[in-house]
Amino acid sequence: MRTEYLELDFPQLAIAASLIVICSVISLVLQLGLQRRLLLAALRTVVQLLLVGLVLWWIFAPERSSLFVVGMMGAMTLIAGFAAVDRTGHRYRGIRLDSIISMWASSWLITAVALFAVVQVQRGEQPWYDPQYAIPLLGMILGNTLNGISLGLNRLGEELATKRRHVETLLALGATRWEAARGPIQEAIRTGMIPIINSMMVVGLVSLPGMMTGQLLAGVPPVQAVRYQIVIMFLIAAGTSLGTFSVVLLGYRRMFTADHQFASARLTKRR
Amino acid sequence: MSADFPLIQARNVARRHPDGRQWLLDHVSLEIRAGARLSISGPSGSGKTLLLRALALLDPLDDGDVSWQGRPVRGNEVPDFRRRVVYLHQRPALIEATVEAALRRPFSLRVHCRRRFDRDRIVGWLEGLRRDASFLGKPVGELSGGESQIAALLRALQLDPAVLLLDEPTAALDPPTVAAVEGLLRNWVEELPDRRATVWVTHHAGQATRVGERIVHIENGRIADANGIP
Repeated sequence: MRTEYLELDFPQLAIAASLIVICSVISLVLQLGLQRRLLLAALRTVVQLLLVGLVLWWIFAPERSSLFVVGMMGAMTLIAGFAAVDRTGHRYRGIRLDSIISMWASSWLITAVALFAVVQVQRGEQPWYDPQYAIPLLGMILGNTLNGISLGLNRLGEELATKRRHVETLLALGATRWEAARGPIQEAIRTGMIPIINSMMVVGLVSLPGMMTGQLLAGVPPVQAVRYQIVIMFLIAAGTSLGTFSVVLLGYRRMFTADHQFASARLTKRR
Repeated sequence: MSADFPLIQARNVARRHPDGRQWLLDHVSLEIRAGARLSISGPSGSGKTLLLRALALLDPLDDGDVSWQGRPVRGNEVPDFRRRVVYLHQRPALIEATVEAALRRPFSLRVHCRRRFDRDRIVGWLEGLRRDASFLGKPVGELSGGESQIAALLRALQLDPAVLLLDEPTAALDPPTVAAVEGLLRNWVEELPDRRATVWVTHHAGQATRVGERIVHIENGRIADANGIP
């Protein structure tokens, strides 16, 4: 496998960074008032990525123990679990816990499948917890599952809030809690899964995924890069579906009591 | 049905305000026997609707319980209980395309799966309410508030419940139709007085005496006078 690539140094980064001037000029000419935010965004891009580079360099250091890698993975999962409920429009008590449980269960299950069944890390000389595979695989699954959970929860809250009278009418006519909530549940899970289905539809035609592009730049043969990307797409799809499904069902369990009541008071609008 | 027990017995049912110690429904006990026609009256915000919803077990109660024919109703018995005890919302929700689709919807629920939509029976009721079969084809989006109430009432009646819990069911109707609905529901109870009852929440003192042989007055979440005597 040819894995040579041309290294980038700071002057080259500076040339790329200067391209942000184009954005600023557009903003100035059209008086969009975005200059300050653009500058901040550009600065954040540089700082955040340099920092994460340092962190990865540190994580990828040889002789890392399995406990260390699993600990890192746990921290990533927790951060993703919290982030997924950051912008949901409606909340209920326990929403964070539901998000973390769903994030954890779906992403770790799928990552385990990826490591042991697909990539088969046990074939190589490195241990199974080799951060070179475990961390980026989990990271990509988390990033996408986060979207699914966030969209699914947001939609569930919105559906239940706006269709409250409809849900209650069904209950009053003898519907079980499942029958009454099925419409909102379906809507929520569908919403959570749309982005990944869309990106599977156009991958390679409209978008070249970042991971694949990165591998190509690093000199990985296209056939291998594409195979990795195919695997990643399916892992992401499975993780997103599982996470969305899980969080929506957990949310449903919180909003409906065992006596088939819709506890709408538990749903509060985010201020 | 057993005559020994009331159809519905609510014992000390209570609802607390979500963010306070105040009781919205303050330990109310009430029996609804077969053949009963009960009116619930009281000022706005006194807890009439909450009491009606509690009788249908629609909200989690903070205290008390509700029995069907002497047995407390819990868990998976609740949907079957609500097949017998139907609560009608003051502003009914109809999201299906037409009135007929809305009336067919309950038959897709498990508790009603053995029953079938009976168009002739609905048309018979509609004639009593000064409407005809064309009402069934109306898009629900074009219904007035009163027409929505009629559609919701028929949607409940066709399910042959034992107890109808009616929350201002005629609030948006014209006077002749109000009289027709009142007559229809009185006859409905009198047809099978050993197994049917109505509980009617109303603002109007006149209607309360017309539709109820007994009036329960609610004030501040409590029953003020169960005999209708001031």
